[in-house]
Amino acid sequence: MSVPALETHDLTVTYHKRPVLYGVDLAIPEGNLVGIIGPNGAGKSTFIKAIMGVVPGASGWVKVFGKPLREMRHRVGYVPQRESVDWDFPVTVMDVALMGTYGTLGLFKRVGKKERIKASEALEKVGMLPYANRQIGNLSGGQQQRVFLARALAQDSDLYFMDEPFVGVDAATERAIIELLQEMRAQGKTVIVVHHDLQSAQQYFDMLMLLNMRLVACGKTEDIFTTELLQKTYGGKLTILSEMADKAAKNLH
Amino acid sequence: MHSFTHLELFAALSVTQSAVVAAILVGLSCGLLGCYVVVRRVALVGDTLSHAVFPGVVAGFMWSEERNIYLIFLCAMLAGLLGVLMVRAVQASTRLQSDAALGVVLASFFGIGILWNSTNQQSGVQDFLFGDLAIISSLDLQLMGWVTFLVVAAVLLLIRPFQVISFDEGFAVGLGYPVKVLNFIFFGLLTFTVVVALQAVGVVLVSAMLITPAATAYLLTDRMHRMMAYAAGLGIFACVGGALVSSNFSSMPPGPVIALTATFVFCAVYFLAPKHGVMAKWLRTRQQSKKVSRENTLKAIYKELESDGFKAHNMSVETLAVIRRVSLEQANAQAKLLVAAGQAQWESDKSAIYLTPAGWRVAAMIVRNHRLWELYLTDLVNYESDHVHDDAEKIEHILGEDAVRKLERDLDFPEFDPHGMPIPSLKDFDNSRLG
Repeated sequence: MSVPALETHDLTVTYHKRPVLYGVDLAIPEGNLVGIIGPNGAGKSTFIKAIMGVVPGASGWVKVFGKPLREMRHRVGYVPQRESVDWDFPVTVMDVALMGTYGTLGLFKRVGKKERIKASEALEKVGMLPYANRQIGNLSGGQQQRVFLARALAQDSDLYFMDEPFVGVDAATERAIIELLQEMRAQGKTVIVVHHDLQSAQQYFDMLMLLNMRLVACGKTEDIFTTELLQKTYGGKLTILSEMADKAAKNLH
Repeated sequence: MHSFTHLELFAALSVTQSAVVAAILVGLSCGLLGCYVVVRRVALVGDTLSHAVFPGVVAGFMWSEERNIYLIFLCAMLAGLLGVLMVRAVQASTRLQSDAALGVVLASFFGIGILWNSTNQQSGVQDFLFGDLAIISSLDLQLMGWVTFLVVAAVLLLIRPFQVISFDEGFAVGLGYPVKVLNFIFFGLLTFTVVVALQAVGVVLVSAMLITPAATAYLLTDRMHRMMAYAAGLGIFACVGGALVSSNFSSMPPGPVIALTATFVFCAVYFLAPKHGVMAKWLRTRQQSKKVSRENTLKAIYKELESDGFKAHNMSVETLAVIRRVSLEQANAQAKLLVAAGQAQWESDKSAIYLTPAGWRVAAMIVRNHRLWELYLTDLVNYESDHVHDDAEKIEHILGEDAVRKLERDLDFPEFDPHGMPIPSLKDFDNSRLG
């Protein structure tokens, strides 16, 4: 069996002493388009942020292509939520796409022709090259999301984490994004997407991760997308877990 | 050896000359770092730092026999660091957010400094509290030179990492950047800059030096590197201008004059900036509303002429007043606006106007936009036909040619609007009526 693109073991995340994600064990084989599904507050974003090292308080271990993330950063791309940044920031569309190439440049090396070509190609691919010199605040929500995707494409990674890329985008952008993701999968890349819409989840992804503070299930969409498992994910059965976590956090203070 | 030559160079300067050199150094480093302070929205951090370092300045004076600028600098840095740690601790252990934590630390540290100084008055402390460029020594200048050198070098070398951590810290972590180290460098440099700027403008006005030039530059450009260049220029201008003015008028201390010079430039830019300025915005709105008003007049004329099958080719001002429901003078003014824009011409006795080809084109375009939009709302968005007019009144002026082409395609090239009126097509129009 080949090395999984992503493997986590007992991944637990606590925020202000309150666990928000409990002991997630999973392995995602290479070349899959994976949707992370679950109700609000289930820890979907936290899961990928913990893997990327953006949130502190994570325990357990994570392996990417069989090695710790530290050694594999150059093979991992990340698309944060669109709302997480200030879109009035004085940068152009091109500047943002270029940030995707910074991982290979190190701290001090200057941006060269090679990087510019890479960023232009990425922008071309998402249809944003005509806007390259615009300040990013003058774009629609869908266009902003495309810019974020272009930045990820310029990273040229093998494993991608995307946090809610379909939120607040128009239908045309949503179609364009999913086509792009499918194309990436066809090239053997692994893409893991936090997604909030159950209906489209079934058609979009070939694997699903059902998450509600715990990993409820993870596997091929046709095996996982069942009434029983979805009820388990979205039903009220896990509220006691959440209440106890709150209580424990307060008592341990 | 190197620093000695510096020292000799600085020692040879007159009071005014060293004030100007100090002003340049402070303006440059405050302007550059201020850009990051503004875009990262940590303006209050700069303010807190300038107050938090103050007890350190007092300690430096207490513990050095003669005024030793390096010891003062070291104590100020330590006080600043302690302040930052306390902010962190308050934030981590309570539900207070950073603004409240910063506020608490700012007031308490400054209070300690003032009280401590009043128990054992040190004459030099006043110069840091209010800033005085006239007493800058060559040793002070040397320190300022080093700090400015560090700031410029760091900003030039780390321009990309600083940009990424300021824009999207999560992504920077994902890239594998040492974000904590970079933040430590940034806030370390900020503290250095604040401490040396104290001597120029004083505790209270340091934040003005950090923020005002950068905020001014932010109104002038959408690119980070230009913003830094402008902010550095403005910072130097304000500091040097303020220093020169205050050296000529003994009643004017440099700190306030520098801060007000920067504010004066900010006000000028606030009103006059080409894109983000208030005047430019006002002019754009005015132009747009003039355009809308002309287009409404043209549309009214078009519809009136359409109602009798375009038999007449001109329209009297009286009729215009009736259909637009305005007074005769107002109708006359509207006609004048059209003539001025080249969309209409006066008949020889000036009692009526006829549309020029350009006017006809705009009139037809607006009517077409209006009717297409109404049809779109009724047929594709399922509005009732009596609900769509008001919306179309607004949209007709902003519908671009791309959107029109898309609407026409989606509606399968319609000929009539929901009320049964023909939708003018520009091509027909050019051929039949203007040919």
